[in-house]
Amino acid sequence: MNVNQIRQDFPILQQQIHGKPLVYLDNAATTQKPQCVIDTVRHYYEADNANIHRGVHTLSERATAAYEDAREIIRAYFNAASTQEVIFTRGTTESINLVASAWGNANVKKGDEILITHMEHHSNIVPWQMLCQRTGASLKVVPMNDAGELRMDLFAKLLSERTKLVGVVHMSNALGTLNPIESIIQQAHAVGAKVLVDGAQAASHVAVDVQALDVDFYATSAHKMYGPTGVGVLIGKQAILAAMPPYQGGGDMILTVSFDKTRYNALPHKFEAGTPNIAGVIGFGAAIKYIQSIGLAAIASHEKGLLDYASVHAGVFDGLTPIGTAANKACVLSFVIKGVHPHDLGTILDREGVAIRAGHHCAMPVMQYYKVPATARASFAMYNTKNEIDALFSALAKARAIFA
Amino acid sequence: MFSLGDLYQQVIIDHNKAPRNFGKLEPCTHDAEGYNPLCGDQLHVYLNINDDEIIESISFEGQGCSISTASASLMTDALKGRSVAEFNRLFAAFHHMATADLSDAPDEEVLGKLAVLSGVKEFPSRIKCATLCWHTLKSAIEHAADPAITE
Ligand SMILES: Cc1ncc(COP(=O)(O)O)c(C=O)c1O
Repeated sequence: MNVNQIRQDFPILQQQIHGKPLVYLDNAATTQKPQCVIDTVRHYYEADNANIHRGVHTLSERATAAYEDAREIIRAYFNAASTQEVIFTRGTTESINLVASAWGNANVKKGDEILITHMEHHSNIVPWQMLCQRTGASLKVVPMNDAGELRMDLFAKLLSERTKLVGVVHMSNALGTLNPIESIIQQAHAVGAKVLVDGAQAASHVAVDVQALDVDFYATSAHKMYGPTGVGVLIGKQAILAAMPPYQGGGDMILTVSFDKTRYNALPHKFEAGTPNIAGVIGFGAAIKYIQSIGLAAIASHEKGLLDYASVHAGVFDGLTPIGTAANKACVLSFVIKGVHPHDLGTILDREGVAIRAGHHCAMPVMQYYKVPATARASFAMYNTKNEIDALFSALAKARAIFA
Repeated sequence: MFSLGDLYQQVIIDHNKAPRNFGKLEPCTHDAEGYNPLCGDQLHVYLNINDDEIIESISFEGQGCSISTASASLMTDALKGRSVAEFNRLFAAFHHMATADLSDAPDEEVLGKLAVLSGVKEFPSRIKCATLCWHTLKSAIEHAADPAITE
């Protein structure tokens, strides 16, 4: 894998910020987009734009074909059993809300339990809280240890016949932890619970085979996978999706409508009411093809090299405390520096051209666990280099000096 | 170009390291909580306002970045012994300073030491850090029931 060549594919990386080369280390928030994704979206609007599934004219047929081609690309990437299991959404957040509403309302009742973990993103907490409020079910939380790893011993204890669904993040955006979802899924299935995996972070870093995992629902967002914002996917088992009531009503999700009765469309259209983000979906497909052209294994090994290098630097940086030191983690270096608030770090680093995230990372319970209001987070993608990590640490040294 | 030094002036660094009037005030006549949902800054301000509408004592506690801590420290220093009417005038002047055009020089006569925070307007994502304590104090004085949030 040639990083310099990859960097050439990302036009945004070729710029300076405050007179310094841009060092983009906020990839867990969103990744940058390669030229091929930008071109695909642009080509769609310049040449093929039309509404899908509802026209007999050429443009509509082209747009529909491109949209459905993207579905097949995404099915193959996640090894879903069929394109009927691939539902396009606005992103991870909407995918989770879809399940919490459509599946949750039909299957969860008073006395039932939803089991999530302490390291979930707010998008895998709040929809379940809302479901519990609606139904009288209760929300249970699997604790974690100081390294930021799930307490699997306590997971096993919390799991019971009352557990209707386990919601777990595949890779934590705040800590980088990769969770043992295979074992979680097996244990959950043993008590009859369904499992939803939040793959917003993981899907661009580790290979995901939904059939091998036997996962019931897998949710992710295109924009963290080098694709457009505002589009994502819910992959669900066909039998479960087929039995679920629809999420939203409207066009495209119906077969026939009269004022007496509406017949719903078949999967996956039943869950895609209204005109979707057509350009976004097509761009998502292009992004997946781009990842495949580089190779996920090569990307993962490059990124592991970056994380190891950054972790060594972090280990010897005076005053730095890493937040999240799981044995199995990827791409995220979250930390606090004594005497310098993360927001001040964010501003000072920006002046050095270095973009990081400072804040609670939409995971306030994680901040509460470590008793910090916020952390600074550098997160890596395929186009980052060791030079950029050097730039990060020299900028951090400047910040430390300002507050010394 | 506006430099980091303009934002992180020594006064700000000092107030961040050793915030004045830090801690809870018991008893107090007014208090309020403020949040900046963007970054998770949390602030609690406490006041004693006497019958003549004079701020007799004032303090704050909470967690935030250097700008929000220094701003609260400077604000509490500036307001001790002043009237509620003067608070209103300072609030307006501070708000204007933090959000006005770059060319618009701060009104140092009214603002005094608070003018060191004028650098924030060059850092749009940090303006709220400086103004949170002022909004929180305003809701304390107005006895607003809901916690203040940055607008
Ligand atoms: C772990 C995790 N889950 C869920 C989300 C939500 O993704 P989106 O905002 O694309 O819906 C994110 C992204 O911020 C995330 O990192």
